Amino acid sequence: MKLVIFLLALLPLDRLIYRALTDGLGANPIEFITRSTGTWALVLLCITLAMTPLRLLIGSSQPIKCRRMLGLFCFFYASLHFVIWLWLDQSFDLAAMLKDIVKRPFITMGFLSFVLLIPLALTSTHWAQRKLGRRWTLLHKLIYVIAVTVILHYWWHKAGKNDLQTVSIYAGVVFILLCCRIPWMRNQLTKLKLS
Amino acid sequence: MTYQDPQILPSDITPQAVYKKRRQLIQAAAAGSFGLALAPWFSREVLAANAQTLAATPNPLYVGKEDLTPLKDVTGYNNFYEFGTDKRAPAENASTLQTRPWTITVEGLVKKPMTFDIDALLKLAPMEQRVYRLRCVEGWSMVIPWDGYPLSSLLSKVEPLGSAKYVEFVSLADRKQMPGVNSPILDWPYREGLRLDEAMNPLTLLTFGLYGEVLPKQNGAPVRVVVPWKYGFKSAKSIVKIRFTEEMPTTSWYKYAPSEYGFYSNVNPAVDHPRWSQASERRIGDPKGIFAPKIKTQMFNGYGDQVASMYAGMDLKKFY
Repeated sequence: MKLVIFLLALLPLDRLIYRALTDGLGANPIEFITRSTGTWALVLLCITLAMTPLRLLIGSSQPIKCRRMLGLFCFFYASLHFVIWLWLDQSFDLAAMLKDIVKRPFITMGFLSFVLLIPLALTSTHWAQRKLGRRWTLLHKLIYVIAVTVILHYWWHKAGKNDLQTVSIYAGVVFILLCCRIPWMRNQLTKLKLS
Repeated sequence: MTYQDPQILPSDITPQAVYKKRRQLIQAAAAGSFGLALAPWFSREVLAANAQTLAATPNPLYVGKEDLTPLKDVTGYNNFYEFGTDKRAPAENASTLQTRPWTITVEGLVKKPMTFDIDALLKLAPMEQRVYRLRCVEGWSMVIPWDGYPLSSLLSKVEPLGSAKYVEFVSLADRKQMPGVNSPILDWPYREGLRLDEAMNPLTLLTFGLYGEVLPKQNGAPVRVVVPWKYGFKSAKSIVKIRFTEEMPTTSWYKYAPSEYGFYSNVNPAVDHPRWSQASERRIGDPKGIFAPKIKTQMFNGYGDQVASMYAGMDLKKFY
């Protein structure tokens, strides 16, 4: 099961490599790979967030066992997204990068999301989980904040070109997934399983 | 006009004959790969989808030493929201556009309001080819050989009145031909505008073709303007009406987001877009590949010698 998910999660990267090798990245390849990796980071974030409601619905802990790997793949695509921006857009000019982060709210949100993902990725091991105990759970609640900053990042990127259809769908999905954390909704989901 | 683009050499442009030969080769190769039996059918399709040529004389003042953007990128990466918001959507959807019959109505503050048929427009002035840099507000750029003649040739025919200060362009907005018009993404029809002196500037081109062929539909067929010192969206596509006004026209993008798309929208590396810097640009189809560093954006997209005087004394941060 885990192996299947691992291979599936690599597909977006395989697709990019395949397209790069076959001249399939379109007229603006950098824009294409930046957007693609960003989108897949968001998709994996949504899938990761979907594991808890899924567990409640099917009453099996199987989804939770896959959650760490999915979260790490989210971090992996977010890292690619960030590095491409830093490298191909900012040419590793850290001063320019910081200026952009301070000046432009959509970059601020993207950068913040990435920075907040780092501690989650670093503490994803069983060892850290044991070591941190209850604080681990608290720390990993950060993912709810990240979900919001990611949507803001995407939304503000699209705002101004009046092309909000796609981002609205993602915002809706994230909203529903976050609502599943409300105790009343959790109970409803659990009941659904029982009936 | 004694201006000479400093980066120019006529020898740098691919001659039309060579370019055509390449297309024939590609066509032949493609037909071959479909098998001999299908070849006639295939080449008929190619002819149908493609293009009549447009006899235009290269204007030696406007040829660049920069590499031309490949035709497939010029025609495959477009912002033309009437056909969808994705950059590939216009190429996919624009085949439904009917470019004949087509007329442009010129009206407003003019002595002689007139309606011009596209065939009359094509013959109105000698057709020239000019290589211009195109800078999109999104931070990418192209180098395109356009075919047309100065807009002033058309505008002077209708004899603008002294009270006329601006020129407004209205694009076609037909739900049947343009799927994007069914979405409320902008207040259709698309409207753009120029100050009268900008519209009369010799650089402003009334454009009917590119690369020596009639305009592909996704590039604004059958007739558009090209204003090379401004961001790309100022160059209205598929124009059906030109109106002379006294008041500054409210343009489509300005109406939607005035803080992001000013009326002037001159290419200016010193004035950032709210969401990104305009100091540099990415050249589409850069032969140096994807690791090529971004190019520094030039003031007025490099056409300052010809246009800067129109803005003397204006605060271009305020009038962005």
